[in-house]
Amino acid sequence: MIEFNDAFLIAWHLVAGADARLSGIVMLSLRVSVAATLIACVVGMPIGALLAVGRFPGRRALIVLFNGLMGLPPVVVGLLVYLLLSRAGPLGSFGLLFSPTAMVIAQAVLVTPIVAALTRQVIADEWTEYREQLRSLGASRGRAAATLLWDGRFSLSTAALAGFGRAIAEVGAVMIVGGNIDGVTRVMTTTIALETSKGDLPLALALGGILIVVVLSINAVAYALRGWAERRWG
Amino acid sequence: MSPWLAIDRLSLTEGGTRIIDHASLQLAAQRTVVLGPNGAGKSTLLRLIHGLLHPSGGALNWPRKLTQAMVFQRPVMLRTTALANVIYGLKLKGHATDESRRRAMESLARVGLEQIALRPARLLSGGEQQRVTLARAWALEPELLILDEPTASLDPASSREVERIINEISASGARILMTTHNLGQARRIAEEIVFIDRGRIVEQTPVAQFFKLPQTEAAQRFLKEETP
Repeated sequence: MIEFNDAFLIAWHLVAGADARLSGIVMLSLRVSVAATLIACVVGMPIGALLAVGRFPGRRALIVLFNGLMGLPPVVVGLLVYLLLSRAGPLGSFGLLFSPTAMVIAQAVLVTPIVAALTRQVIADEWTEYREQLRSLGASRGRAAATLLWDGRFSLSTAALAGFGRAIAEVGAVMIVGGNIDGVTRVMTTTIALETSKGDLPLALALGGILIVVVLSINAVAYALRGWAERRWG
Repeated sequence: MSPWLAIDRLSLTEGGTRIIDHASLQLAAQRTVVLGPNGAGKSTLLRLIHGLLHPSGGALNWPRKLTQAMVFQRPVMLRTTALANVIYGLKLKGHATDESRRRAMESLARVGLEQIALRPARLLSGGEQQRVTLARAWALEPELLILDEPTASLDPASSREVERIINEISASGARILMTTHNLGQARRIAEEIVFIDRGRIVEQTPVAQFFKLPQTEAAQRFLKEETP
């Protein structure tokens, strides 16, 4: 067991020296979570907009469902995707289990309800303001949903960020479907969990620090962009 | 003049309250202004005619279906340029992109906003935004333009500009149906006044007569209270 202070020192050297193993893990984390967030936005944002604008049976039940699914436990998602992708499962023939693709799928499943539920809230607020004007102009509900998604693009960046934050920070789902294989499916969170349990604190600390910096800086950039865009377009 | 709209015992009940109560009305004038106290049901009547609300009873009989556009009290602008806001309305009606752009530019020019066509619509002043909504409505070349207190949140100079545009839209052939709280404006724009109170049509009178000698006591009281 290394001394506590040494752990910080070695962690700093890992980061400063752009350690190859470390940067591989960071890049994989980013690739997986960015891809999962993109998929979640493509799927979840239209769902959220239709839930806000549409009128169809079961709409209220779906809203409650998506709000509830925001709190979906990552390990449960991991388990479900594992069952789907395992060799005996319905999608087993694709051989995706323990690959980065499986991790993207699991995180996308985890994050889509979050993006959809937050999008619904943003679009529902816009809909109260725009509803009469859009209906007066003859916009169908589908068209109105598309218009409001575009019009609410700056506010919706928050929904995307919340999704990304959830994806990059979760351990359970990627651990189960990725298998935490060194050099293949090992991401920041799973590495931190593993290295901490092995007692290798420097790597865990370095990754923990990077994880926090990544999350903070992405939020800061998005916040600045959103502020700029709102001043530009009102 | 034969009416362009015959309203027959129109009612709207919401939560047990009669907002519009068996309103019957023949609209024939080119420019009609609906007057009445707050909560009389003016906006609701306009929304029923425009089709934004569905009546709980009665009927709207259109001898010929008129194309309509509506302008609301508060301008609703999409987060894009003024021009794109006007184009949006045209594209929804199925016009091609080039055609929409040309007509939108023309329409913005007619409301005096061609220089700011490419500015973000939401950053324009309230008066300019309302002129963009007028351009958006005018570009659709409606046969009936409905306006719900279009100058209620505007300063006097912007109000006069909006009035001028409404008169021009009328001159270009559209029928005008509007509400206002501004009696001077009603006098300048209307040919005919429809006075409503508590969801009922109380009287329908040519404008000069309405302001000289309203036929009903309710309208007389209203004029006395509203005139400074």
